[in-house]
Amino acid sequence: MRLLIVEDDRDAADYLIKAFREVGHVAEHASDGEDGLALALEGQYDVLVIDRMLPKRDGLSIISTLRSKSVETPALILSALGQVDDRIKGLRAGGDDYLPKPYSFAELLARVEVLSRRRGGRGQETVYRVGDLELDRLSHRVTRGSEEVVLQPREFRLLEYLMKHAGQVVTRTMLLENVWDYHFDPQTNVIDVHISRLRSKIDKGFAQPLLHTVRGAGYMVRDSAR
Amino acid sequence: MTALGKLFRTTTFKLTLVYLTVFAIFAAFLLGYFAWNTRRLFTEQITATVDAEVSGLAEQYQTGGVRRLVLAIDRRSRQPGSNLYLVTTAAGETLAGNVGALPAGVLEKPGWVETEYRRLEDSEGLPHQAVVRIFELPAGFRVLVGRDLEERERLYNIVISAGRWSIALVVVLGLAGGFFVTRRVLKRVDAMTETTRTIVGGDLTGRLPVTGSGDEIDRLAENLNAMLERIEALMRGLKEVSDNIAHDLKTPLTRLRNRSEEALRSAKGEADYRAALESTIEESDGLMRTFNALLMIARAESGHARDDMTEFDAAEIARGVGELYEPLAEEKGLTLKVEAPDAITVHGNRELVSQALANLADNAIKYAAPDERAADGPGPEIAVRAYSEGDRVMLVVADNGPGIPEADRSRVVERFMRLEHSRSQPGSGLGLSLAAAVARLHGGELKLENNQPGLQAIIALPRGGPVQSRG
Repeated sequence: MRLLIVEDDRDAADYLIKAFREVGHVAEHASDGEDGLALALEGQYDVLVIDRMLPKRDGLSIISTLRSKSVETPALILSALGQVDDRIKGLRAGGDDYLPKPYSFAELLARVEVLSRRRGGRGQETVYRVGDLELDRLSHRVTRGSEEVVLQPREFRLLEYLMKHAGQVVTRTMLLENVWDYHFDPQTNVIDVHISRLRSKIDKGFAQPLLHTVRGAGYMVRDSAR
Repeated sequence: MTALGKLFRTTTFKLTLVYLTVFAIFAAFLLGYFAWNTRRLFTEQITATVDAEVSGLAEQYQTGGVRRLVLAIDRRSRQPGSNLYLVTTAAGETLAGNVGALPAGVLEKPGWVETEYRRLEDSEGLPHQAVVRIFELPAGFRVLVGRDLEERERLYNIVISAGRWSIALVVVLGLAGGFFVTRRVLKRVDAMTETTRTIVGGDLTGRLPVTGSGDEIDRLAENLNAMLERIEALMRGLKEVSDNIAHDLKTPLTRLRNRSEEALRSAKGEADYRAALESTIEESDGLMRTFNALLMIARAESGHARDDMTEFDAAEIARGVGELYEPLAEEKGLTLKVEAPDAITVHGNRELVSQALANLADNAIKYAAPDERAADGPGPEIAVRAYSEGDRVMLVVADNGPGIPEADRSRVVERFMRLEHSRSQPGSGLGLSLAAAVARLHGGELKLENNQPGLQAIIALPRGGPVQSRG
């Protein structure tokens, strides 16, 4: 994956470039808004990671300029402003995701990977399949092997989101935002309990677990047999 | 600046001077007009009297000629009074009358004239003013009829001097009054300035003096006092926050530092370092969480979040939060049920209200967990409710756990306040503070009540959202 990181803090940028390289991605860097915009316009990137406040041109303006020129590269906004209305402003400007500082690299990586694969992803499919687990988005039926799995509506949405991003790490915050539409920190890890409930419904009694916990990051639905 | 100089510089004194000048000019004008009119009236009256005399004398002349006229004038001029008569021959020899000396040439011109004269019996005295009418009879006889103007002059002088005195009085009294009023105002303003100076100096407990008269200065002082009250409360809040931040952020920071140091000193091998680093990350996540909660509270308290208020369904919030926490409750051996049958529209910040209710649910689960409960008691239970009561919307989390002692209830809402026995539980200790701040932001309140047994935490919100006028 090719990434463009637009960040004026040299230390933070170096850290990100190094961390992305370690997990096998190529990251380029621009340290101000104008350079960032120029690179984003000409370069072939899979995801843009853009700091909200930049010298010369701010992050939101980069994104809205790109969008007005029909450059649809997914963009993630990094910001020290973590309030709900700031996030809404960021998304309204054409950003695809918003991550308040400080963040963990695992969180950023998970979100960037989800964004990079969103194009040509599974958005249009009506049936998601992972191993012998099948989720029909139209009839809301879930089956594992030959057995039907009965899920509560929220459990269904949770599984739907996980399966949509099968093979990718999905963090707790991402689940809370996308499945519950909450953007706050629920103090206790309520999501873990929901996951373990879901796991008991889809994995219990099967030799091959599909819902995995990724330590220090989140969860992933993956067919480990393949 | 001298005390007097300060006094002269005040707005009150300047105003007094302006008023005084305007008033004095006005009074002078009024008196002048009055004096002029009086004089005119008097003159008119005098001419009328003289004319009456003249017509009487003319009758005498017509019936008995100059001889009779002289007799009549002689008779009349002997009567006391202000009327003046004189009849002379063509050569200027006085035939009869009470006028002594006259300036030369006065008798030459017939008609009205104002002139000086001396009375016959008082020829050495001061000249008097008179208005006279001169006639010329055939054969050069000249007749003068007139009236002394002393009365008119005296009255005129009285009016003028009265005018002078009253203007002087106006100026003196005005100045004294202005002085007095200014000093009074200045004294109060000085008192206010003095208090303000101590406040600026850092003592926020000072209040401006209020006399209780309800005048404009009092009202100003009252408003400023209300402002000071608010500032003091804010400052107190700020101080508490910084104290608490110092306390509750320093503790984990110290722990963080100690662990890192410990790892550097005594870690053996990679596994130890890894463990130390992992606990460092965990600790910093906790710090971040506390920090975020603090920012959230600050935001809720600043009233800034009022900008993104919308209409939403409180029952849906209750159901959502209930659904989010239900598995966690079950895992801890609690039953969580949601009682929110009817949709209740409320105006507010959906995200913040959700978070506030989530915090209450989180607390309830933490503290109502059935570890030491008697086995035969009622099953541990948490209810999340949404209902409307009058024009208020109640979002409630009720549990039947140990509850909070009456005396501690108001304390737990304070930031970072965690009852001693709950220190072992994880959490930033900011959950209730945030819930309270969110309630206040919406013009509502957070109430903690005895659920008999257990705790009932209520977020009571006005249905229409906060009243806009409340700063």
